[in-house]
Amino acid sequence: MNTTSITSIIEVSGLSRKFDSKLALNNITLKVPRGRVFGLVGGNGAGKTTLIKHILGLLKAETGSVRVFGFDPVADPVKVLGRIGYLSENRDLPAWMRVDELLRYTQAFYPKWDMAFAEELRHQFGLDPSAKIKNLSRGENAKAGLLIALAYRPELLLLDEPSSGLDPVVRRDILEAILRTVADEGRTAFFSSHLLDEVERVADDVAMMFAGQVVLSGTLDDIKENHHRLIFRFDAPQSITPQVPGALSIAGSGNEWTVICNGSRQAAIAGVARAGGRVVADDTPSLDEIFVARAGTKHI
Amino acid sequence: MQLHINTGDGVPIYLQIANQVKYLVASRRLAPGDEIPAIRVLAHQLLVNPNTVARAYLELESAGVVVKRHGSGTYISDAGSPLARKERLKILSQRVDALLAEARHMQVEPDELLKLIKDRQQSLQSPDKQ
Repeated sequence: MNTTSITSIIEVSGLSRKFDSKLALNNITLKVPRGRVFGLVGGNGAGKTTLIKHILGLLKAETGSVRVFGFDPVADPVKVLGRIGYLSENRDLPAWMRVDELLRYTQAFYPKWDMAFAEELRHQFGLDPSAKIKNLSRGENAKAGLLIALAYRPELLLLDEPSSGLDPVVRRDILEAILRTVADEGRTAFFSSHLLDEVERVADDVAMMFAGQVVLSGTLDDIKENHHRLIFRFDAPQSITPQVPGALSIAGSGNEWTVICNGSRQAAIAGVARAGGRVVADDTPSLDEIFVARAGTKHI
Repeated sequence: MQLHINTGDGVPIYLQIANQVKYLVASRRLAPGDEIPAIRVLAHQLLVNPNTVARAYLELESAGVVVKRHGSGTYISDAGSPLARKERLKILSQRVDALLAEARHMQVEPDELLKLIKDRQQSLQSPDKQ
């Protein structure tokens, strides 16, 4: 089977998952196109890691299906896992090994392991080959995990909260690795994050999860273009929150109110005009603001 | 070419890049014929997606600010950018708006402000009389 013709590297459809009575994933459908950076965003407990575990075949789909490179990762782990460079949230590396031992040990699993590239990365990341994994700092540990995920030049780089708890220098290394993966050979990167400014910098496509559901997905450009941040001013202070058609969130007090809305900006402006308000600013919100506005509406 | 990306204020990154290049051209910090970095180089420098830089360059190209030379690179257009004057005025308008707001706040009438501008210009032209 010629898998290079497949345009979606990951294809999840109608995936649901229950843990005891709690619905962890609720009818998830998403496609990750080849050669792009895909950012999965959502708060803690939104279901991001559970979704990633399904993509890796660590969890079996109860309802719906998961295909990676066109294969079922549970039925065909060899065809899937050997082509994924994975960095887990916990970065569970063998603590007793030295850095050079970790490289040789990991090399044994991957025929396409590139030792020259691994050495280049080790230099770039400033990792001492004789250092014990257990003695590495949090940042060095993340870099070691990233190194072994990158060194066999996987077709899919899959990173679960790679920046979590790391300093800006290490975060930069991680973002560079994501961009280089995609820029160099048209490979694909999929990463989850709650740092929305990072996602806004590097992602082509974004899916936003909330309480086990994908509440928004699309290209970052489309998402930005379809959301608006409007600031309204009323001549008289408003004692109650004004009603704005199509608003995802409204914040403010007195004379000035900020609205994040989706789709029809005209309807929102007309609605406020009827209540006696006028637009004083009309901009594009950041991904962070969109996320907070979206998460707010799904809270109830 | 030094650009700064801010993800906090919501302005799409490709627009931030395009606007800043236009600003650099308008303020003469980039001159006609200057080469601007390759897409991958700038993407790496700014730590943003290369597609985003490509979109910014496309925007600049269609606005006539830059030209692509086949197999060579991207350069500030020789025309000195047809947008440059308009952009320069736009930049100045923002400054004037801020100045007007400040003058109003300090209860200085626009006529008085205009006179002040003329006075200042004269003293700049003949600095010894300052």
